[in-house]
Amino acid sequence: MPDILYWLIFLLPVISFGIISVLLKPFVSNESKLPGYLTILCIAGSFVLSCMALNEVMNAPHHEIEVHQIEWLLIGNFNFSVSMIMDSLTAVMLLAVTFVSLMVQIYSLGYLHKDPVNTIDTGFPRYYAWMSLFTASMLGLVIAGNLLQMFIFWEMVGVCSYLLIGFWFHKPSAANAAKKAFIVTRLGDFGFLAAILLIFSKTGTFDTVYLREMAIAGTLAGTTLTWAAIGIFSGAMGKSAQFPLHVWLPDAMEGPTPVSALIHSATMVSAGVFLVARMYPLFEHSTQALQTVAIIGGFTAIFAASMGLVMNDIKRVLAYSTISQLGFMMLGLAAGGVAVGIFHLFTHAFFKSLLFLGAGSVSHASGGTFDMRKMGGLRKYMPWTYSTFLIGSLALAGIWPLSGFWSKDEILAKALENQPIIFVLAIITVFMTAFYMFRAIFMTFGGEFRGGESGEHDSHDSHGHSAHPHESPALMVVPMILLAILAIIAGFWNVTGDFGAFMGHGEAEGTFMGNLVGIFTHSALPLISLVIALAGIFLAYAMYSAKWLSPEKVGNSMKALYTLLSNKYYFDKLYEDIIVRKFLLGWVFAGLQKVDTNVVDGAVNGVASSTASTGNVTRKWETGQLQLYGLFIGIGILAIIICLFIFG
Amino acid sequence: MDFNILSAIIFLPMLGAALVAFIPGLTRNWIRGISFTLTLASFALAITVFVLFDREATGIQFEEMVAWIPTINANYHVGVDGLSMPLMVLTAFLGFMVVLISWKEETRVREYFAWLLLLEASILGVFCSLDLLLFFIFWEIEVIPMYFLIAVWGAGRKEYSSIKYVLYTLFGSAFMLVGILTVYFTTGSLNMIELAQNGVSAYASAIPATAMFFLLIIGFAVKLPVFPLHTWLPDAHTDAPTAGSVMLAGSLIKMGGYGMIRICVAFFPDIAREFSVLFVTLAVIGIIYGAAVTLRQTDMKRMIAYSSVSHMGMVLLGIFAFSEVSMSGAVLQMVSHGLLTGLLFAMAGFTMHSAHERDLRKLGGLARQMPVATVVFSIAGLGSLGLPMTSGFVAEFVTFTGSFSSGAFNGIQVFVIVAAISVVLAAGYCLWMLQRIFYGPPQEQFNHAHDADTMEKVYMFAFVILIILIGVYPAILTDIIKMGIAPLV
Repeated sequence: MPDILYWLIFLLPVISFGIISVLLKPFVSNESKLPGYLTILCIAGSFVLSCMALNEVMNAPHHEIEVHQIEWLLIGNFNFSVSMIMDSLTAVMLLAVTFVSLMVQIYSLGYLHKDPVNTIDTGFPRYYAWMSLFTASMLGLVIAGNLLQMFIFWEMVGVCSYLLIGFWFHKPSAANAAKKAFIVTRLGDFGFLAAILLIFSKTGTFDTVYLREMAIAGTLAGTTLTWAAIGIFSGAMGKSAQFPLHVWLPDAMEGPTPVSALIHSATMVSAGVFLVARMYPLFEHSTQALQTVAIIGGFTAIFAASMGLVMNDIKRVLAYSTISQLGFMMLGLAAGGVAVGIFHLFTHAFFKSLLFLGAGSVSHASGGTFDMRKMGGLRKYMPWTYSTFLIGSLALAGIWPLSGFWSKDEILAKALENQPIIFVLAIITVFMTAFYMFRAIFMTFGGEFRGGESGEHDSHDSHGHSAHPHESPALMVVPMILLAILAIIAGFWNVTGDFGAFMGHGEAEGTFMGNLVGIFTHSALPLISLVIALAGIFLAYAMYSAKWLSPEKVGNSMKALYTLLSNKYYFDKLYEDIIVRKFLLGWVFAGLQKVDTNVVDGAVNGVASSTASTGNVTRKWETGQLQLYGLFIGIGILAIIICLFIFG
Repeated sequence: MDFNILSAIIFLPMLGAALVAFIPGLTRNWIRGISFTLTLASFALAITVFVLFDREATGIQFEEMVAWIPTINANYHVGVDGLSMPLMVLTAFLGFMVVLISWKEETRVREYFAWLLLLEASILGVFCSLDLLLFFIFWEIEVIPMYFLIAVWGAGRKEYSSIKYVLYTLFGSAFMLVGILTVYFTTGSLNMIELAQNGVSAYASAIPATAMFFLLIIGFAVKLPVFPLHTWLPDAHTDAPTAGSVMLAGSLIKMGGYGMIRICVAFFPDIAREFSVLFVTLAVIGIIYGAAVTLRQTDMKRMIAYSSVSHMGMVLLGIFAFSEVSMSGAVLQMVSHGLLTGLLFAMAGFTMHSAHERDLRKLGGLARQMPVATVVFSIAGLGSLGLPMTSGFVAEFVTFTGSFSSGAFNGIQVFVIVAAISVVLAAGYCLWMLQRIFYGPPQEQFNHAHDADTMEKVYMFAFVILIILIGVYPAILTDIIKMGIAPLV
């Protein structure tokens, strides 16, 4: 494949962004679907090229293809070239990003069909322009061959996320969530930036391949390496919403649901995981850095899952689930290496975007609400949505033989081997995950319909339907079915260890059919985790479907815990009210402002007014009386004579 | 070359000022027409210089020298190199843009455009002068039009702000004049190129070179501005008319950074390096302190003005980190800030005139009433917070990288990391400002607000195109800038 075809994977969405924003936006109406068709066409092109690229990479020696770099900016020793890495990691990411993006773009055509905000200067052109720009930035990040280029696209996906969360900018909550997402992730990016500065000053290069070689060879080592790795990881923590920078992701659900499906579950938030994987040799050669990743990842997994247990908004359940799963991926990276972490990223991309699209679909049916307490009984109205959502949930819960089982099992196995303490957290998380997903299923699809959103006032993405539950149009259902198929089969890639071998870990062994069942015979762990997940499902069934246990009673018996969880451990309050408003804005910055007005500027005005008042005094001496002037002259001469006597 | 292109660039706006001021009976259309034509011509010639400029060569190009006052060895001597040329083109661009921005001005149009054109000419003169006396004269001329623009066409406490601006500038330039005189009496030369090549420290003098360095830098430090000499800036920027703010923030304060490199660093390289710690410290204070104070502002223009203090701190940081990369970053930051803040002030002015409101606490929901302005304002805001693909990112990143690895003194890395915290603070104030102005439910009292018309779109998009062009392909400028910086490091 010639170089240009690889570049086109990234350039096609850029082109569609350019055409929509410059050529189409001014001339087509907000209802025009033309931008949608164009975006779908370009991303489909990227998808086809990504498949070709994957094929090429698989057949290439060492699974890596060299793509020529282009010199871009050269000042002194600052040398920045536009470069591309086309290896197994890139190829897998390209496939996941383009496929999920394509599905989401198709789904959006149906979803945004009657966007209530169409009436106020928003709509298809703006939506698809930003979706194209996002996809382009994400692809740019994935193919980037050096740290600076990664940082550029890293920030670009951040801003696209900002724009899309704030898509309904007339809603204050959406505008706040968008700002919060950008600033919190920027806090992490500060660490990333510092790491890049440190790495460049020590090595004089941004090039990822060189840096990895240096880390392996040991020329980049010691505290520099540790700090660099931790800086990079802090960037990853911001984007991948790891504790303590997790607070922005649940709020990001203010954006349109397809946006959540693409950006805040499948692609952008996994960019942090991708970044750690890309720079993995740097982490591998620093025990502290790797340990940090493991601890943060493992803790985030259980921490976020616990909040997911009590949420009533279906999108928030999924949001906390995403944070938790991202923690799993980090843990997988730290405990088992690139192949393990990335494999979970790969499977998660499909079933999590599927779940979000399903959430959008049920909200569509129940008048625009996301509150599960107002749903219920949707199984009979929405068979397709129900069955695909069920598949997604089973995959997420890690039920054999769906994709989540295979990827999660590997993480657990590696954690048990290398991080036994964190393994305990992880196995508890498995239970919680199964519980909250099936809690969501029983609340949404089970029982009787509870009325949905009656009015369309200030509801999330109200579609103006009164609550007559109905199946979504084919444009929405077909992408869900395709994703569901992948949620089932994506895990099979690694049944024989093919995926691991492709990523450079181990060799493929055994036969597909043999390993499919044989996994339970090698060790007890897969069976244990499967049983634990089933126990979680059973508890959810007992509480929300069979009602053997009343959720209210359980909640009341653990009142304090319940309050703590539903207030999200008070992190929002701590960050927003105490640190930002009271401490920074109210105290530090206000103090500095007072200094500026009273001390710095006060000194200036003080000089001015003292000059003026001195003038007022000395002015009075100018009386016009010659005698007085004569006296001053006399005093002056006397003073000079005295001085001459003393110092002369 | 027979055609003195730099002189034409400088004196075309000055000619325009004279024509507008002295031809009796001109109508408003004529006044605007003359201003438009002559600033456009000046800008077109500046572009010509940009295109014809030899990107491979260091040293002065397009040089013109005519004996002026032979007894004191003063010459009319102009020319540009990689350091001054980008700033000269920026000024010519802004000079033309402010005519478009001021198109609807109705108060005392004749004087207004005369002062505006004179202002442009004097700034162009500063960037092109290679003779200290000429430099100083242009430097001083600039004060007068700016004073009148703020005092007559300004808003708020305009008398206070304009007087403060004049006194502060004169305070700085008094020291600068003494500095120039001591340099002249020590070396007997006013030729800036010669002085830079020989270095002033080499000459024997009764006055220590350190004293000369500080006398000179005070004038530049006031202009840049350097903390704690910055308090004139928020007042002047806030109360100036839109075009005045654009010129002031976009181009005028760059004279400070330019002067520091062209005169202080070039004439006294050893002394400048010796005091590197001092100025880097002031720079970092300015960056963080400026950003912190910005976060507390509630007036749209005042907020942008304070952000300039923070951004100009980065220029100071880059200059006094003394590497080729950091100084190139500083110059790039000057150009980038000129475009971004120029556009921010233009947009703030536009929004103010359209919505009749400048208090951020009262604005809101304007995205619906003015969609085009929203897009442009957002691009300027995102550029200002250093978003990649805009000039702001490249400039900041190059400055940070260059400073961090410069090794100007031990521990400069810590200073740079502290300065880099500003990327988070900048995100805070830029996004807060955008949210306050444009987001939220549309408000009825702003229903009268109109969006940009054709003329306004032209200048808005011109800014945006340049910001993105430099952001995507910075080598278009840095290839030139590094040739101007190379002889200094």
